[in-house]
Amino acid sequence: MIDFSQVQYHYHQQNFTFDLQVEEGSIVAILGPSGAGKSTLLNLLTGFITPSKGDIKIHGKSVLNRAPHQRPLSILFQNNNLFSHLSAFDNIGLGLHPGLKLNEKHKRRLQTAALQVGVEDLLDRLPSQLSGGEQQRVALARCFVQHKPILLLDEPFSALDPVLRVSMLEHVKSLADSEGVTILMVTHHIGDARAVASDFIFVDQGKALAVDNIANLTTQHANKRLRYFLSAEENQ
Amino acid sequence: MIIKQIKKVQIPGLLLSLGIFVFVSMAVGTLLTHSSDLDISVVWSDPYYQHITKFSLYQAFLSTLLSVLLAIPISHALSRRSFWGKSFLLKLLATTLVLPVLVAVFGLLAIYGNSGLIANLFAYFEMKLPFSIFGLNGILLAHVFFNLPFACRLFLQGLSSIPEQQHQLASHLGLKHWNKFRFVEWPYIAGQIPHTAGLIFMLCFTSFATVMALGGGPKSTTIELAIYQAIKFDFDLQAGALLALWQICLCAILAILIQKVARPALLTTNFQGIDNTFPHDTLLSKCWDLFWIAMITLLVVPPLAMVVFSGINHKLWMVFNDLGFWMAFKNSIVIAAFAGMIAVIFAFFILLASRQWRLVGLNNRADKVEMLATIILVTPGLVISTGLFLLLREFSSLSSLSLYIVIAVNALMALPFTLKSLAVPMLQNAQKYELLCNSLGIFSLHRIYWVEWKSLKRPILQAMSLSFVLSIGDLSAIALFGSHSFSTLPLYLFQLLGSYQLESAAVVSLVLLLLSVGTFMVIESLFKETQPHIKRAKHD
Amino acid sequence: MLTPALAAAEQEKLTIYTYSSFASEWGPGPKIEASFEAFCDCDLEFIALDDGVTILNRLRLEGDSSEADILLGLDDSLMATAKKTGLLAKHNIDLMPVNVEDGWKDDTFVPFDYGYFAFIYNSETLKNPPKSMKELVEERDDLKVIYQDPRTSTPGSGLMLWMKTIYGDQAPEAWKKLAEKTVTVTKGWSESYSMFLKGEADMVLSYTTSPAYHMIAEGKQQYVAASFSEGHYRQVEVAAIVKNSKHKQLATTFMNFMLSDAFQSEIPTGNWMYPVTNVLLPNEFEQLTLPVKMLTCDSNEVDKYRKAWTREWLTSLTD
Repeated sequence: MIDFSQVQYHYHQQNFTFDLQVEEGSIVAILGPSGAGKSTLLNLLTGFITPSKGDIKIHGKSVLNRAPHQRPLSILFQNNNLFSHLSAFDNIGLGLHPGLKLNEKHKRRLQTAALQVGVEDLLDRLPSQLSGGEQQRVALARCFVQHKPILLLDEPFSALDPVLRVSMLEHVKSLADSEGVTILMVTHHIGDARAVASDFIFVDQGKALAVDNIANLTTQHANKRLRYFLSAEENQ
Repeated sequence: MIIKQIKKVQIPGLLLSLGIFVFVSMAVGTLLTHSSDLDISVVWSDPYYQHITKFSLYQAFLSTLLSVLLAIPISHALSRRSFWGKSFLLKLLATTLVLPVLVAVFGLLAIYGNSGLIANLFAYFEMKLPFSIFGLNGILLAHVFFNLPFACRLFLQGLSSIPEQQHQLASHLGLKHWNKFRFVEWPYIAGQIPHTAGLIFMLCFTSFATVMALGGGPKSTTIELAIYQAIKFDFDLQAGALLALWQICLCAILAILIQKVARPALLTTNFQGIDNTFPHDTLLSKCWDLFWIAMITLLVVPPLAMVVFSGINHKLWMVFNDLGFWMAFKNSIVIAAFAGMIAVIFAFFILLASRQWRLVGLNNRADKVEMLATIILVTPGLVISTGLFLLLREFSSLSSLSLYIVIAVNALMALPFTLKSLAVPMLQNAQKYELLCNSLGIFSLHRIYWVEWKSLKRPILQAMSLSFVLSIGDLSAIALFGSHSFSTLPLYLFQLLGSYQLESAAVVSLVLLLLSVGTFMVIESLFKETQPHIKRAKHD
Repeated sequence: MLTPALAAAEQEKLTIYTYSSFASEWGPGPKIEASFEAFCDCDLEFIALDDGVTILNRLRLEGDSSEADILLGLDDSLMATAKKTGLLAKHNIDLMPVNVEDGWKDDTFVPFDYGYFAFIYNSETLKNPPKSMKELVEERDDLKVIYQDPRTSTPGSGLMLWMKTIYGDQAPEAWKKLAEKTVTVTKGWSESYSMFLKGEADMVLSYTTSPAYHMIAEGKQQYVAASFSEGHYRQVEVAAIVKNSKHKQLATTFMNFMLSDAFQSEIPTGNWMYPVTNVLLPNEFEQLTLPVKMLTCDSNEVDKYRKAWTREWLTSLTD
């Protein structure tokens, strides 16, 4: 459903080239050393940056001339997912209407999403009155009310402790399964990838060097750089 | 190329910024071309203009030196002592910069004037006051009164941004007094000095009302005042404009020098008085600190107190019954409110434009946009208002235009200050929320309301109150247009002082003090409590 | 009877630019306004500006779009400068009633009062006042004086012309000597006069008619104008019609009214100056110092050299 065909991008004398496909309903972990282009891949998909060549299609339609908010995807950033001056309710509501003009249907959807992520009692609070995990759950609820077929996770849980992080990811996974959402997640924890992902993309030197099933994420992989990356990570 | 990189949100701000620049240039240009019986070389070779250039620089240099040097021990003492009334004193220090000049002058005259408190004390012992407040003395005194507290505040901010661990480390290493100052505290003060000194120098260099009220004759005149004289009394518009250009040049050179020397000082904006660890106290250092704290208290408090005390006199009723007072009062409020609002709205749009460039690292371009809008800082308000009127006089009469011109010029004069105070919060907002807004599709009015206004209410209202207060005390925009039927409170006060009606002047001073400092303090305290109370769910 | 609002709507309005003390409640303005309105059935409005120079500059600033019908309160030294602007109209007034020394023939300006500049002193504290300008400037180091800035006030400008007629090319040295005994140079007259009354100086620059105020309004006899043997500089205050006035006829009516007894008799005790027609003077005016000689300066000359002379004063003070 997501199709990068010969997508090229230049930034600070660095060249990025992506040519890959992602299946509908899959959960794809994006792995790779820092600075290799994981976020660039995500930003190209969201539309924060525009490729110099190539095309990006979602459901067979090019999304290149669409603004980020018009693309069929929702995003969870590493931080600053919430407006710190607005309550959790308002923050979720902004996913439904950019001017917070909410009708009854909207409000019901908001309550359901809040219930799904377990923040229904925290809707009056400001982000500063929530824990880190609660904050990201509120942001996740906003992603759900947006009802977009693709969810992008740019390491949103990396600040949480490992146990909480994996449980959040599993939560996301089960919700995604029930809603039929495709997930792309950037992570630098190989364990996380193995725990929840169905596939992985290994990004290095500005290219997707390997796109494969998660079962093949082993030190026996055909790609030399991936083998090197995995052994370095696992030796830590 | 550049056109392609401009985003839609930037257009209003860029147009505004460019518009302001064109507007200021046109105003100066109109004056330059209006009358032409003046030889340009006269301005450069004229001994009188040479004298005032020298005097402007000299008094600004002395004022800056005094303010900055004295601020070092004072801020140091304030930073390591806590005492009863300290927070109130700090609040007072914050107000002197927004105090209408004439109110401060009135307070200073009541203490140091020929018939002030000190003179009365001397007279009691049958002695004559050994100094005169008129001339350089008075100018320096007033400039230090305005700027020393300002410098103290900035240095204090620097000192309070020293991490607590450094204080602990210093005491662990046994660094005492002078050594601790030298190795720990001084670097934090030194970082503040260049831009603090630069700003103070600029403010003193272009000082107008202070010099007009306390100069005491042509000997002590600044360029700014000479411009006023040339335009208002000689009707020599060209000389006024040339002097204005001369002043702009000098200020520009100065600004460039300062930028070369000053590193951008990174400060935590929320100022908290941390009690730092101070285990090596001695009687000597107690006395030392006491001396400096007493000094700043004695400089700032008595003149303000005198404004309050002498303002409550038997003329109060008479002033409040005077229609002229209420007309001036109304004009002041209207002018300050509109000027304040316009200044904030302009700053908002200009910053929307410039921060977009800062986000992608084009800081130079952003600086230029903001600089264009700040040009008014060194252009005398009188030159702008006169030029503007000459441009518009074909269309309407002076009496119907003057209110709008004064509002416009006051708004422009407040703009640099609103730009400064909104720049950081606006940029931080963009850094935090730019991507989020783009991904959620929150744009234009939705973004302005839900993201910018909702989170920046406090700095926006503070900026508005700052420009309100600056406009309410301004005398230079109205100086040419004022008559007894169109005046503002500062002009009304100036007329009363000019006709030596000191008791009525005292009443008006008090009103102005309450309006300016009152507004400032009310806004400050309104937004002190930013934590809203937590509503708990019922079953919790 | 018409309601006031309705009446005002039908009345012609005459706008006069004048200086603030003329229009103030203790000046002659309010009474003159009332008596003129009583017989013209019009609305007279005084726009009060700082002083004579400001009145002229306001007109220059506004140019053709000015709302002023009449300028009232320039003085004779400013006449040539004012005429050069081309913004003033000729008056066509019968100047027969005008009675000033040397006569009056100007076709643009009509005089409404005059006076002589003088230094005022308190005869109770100063027993041996100087007998001449030269004595004050060159010999009396025991005296402290206050005067006004020639750029911003008419008496100040008058002193400059007075000094110039006495000292000529030697004026810069004289200014320097005077500076040594000057407490302060104020922007306007009232500021310096109040400082003098508070005792901050021995003498203050004012008019020979100022003591009349103390005698009539306060019953005080001690304030006296020092009589200088070189003579005293005369100031004639004048009014003129603005060329672009939309109410020329009414303006002419006012100019004629200005020379009537109703206006002129307000001058001695309202503006504390001499009237220009032969109205009855209060008795106290007879006790005033009369100059031994009247000094004056051609207004074309003043227009030509004012800048240079002002510069001369400035440079002597700042050296």
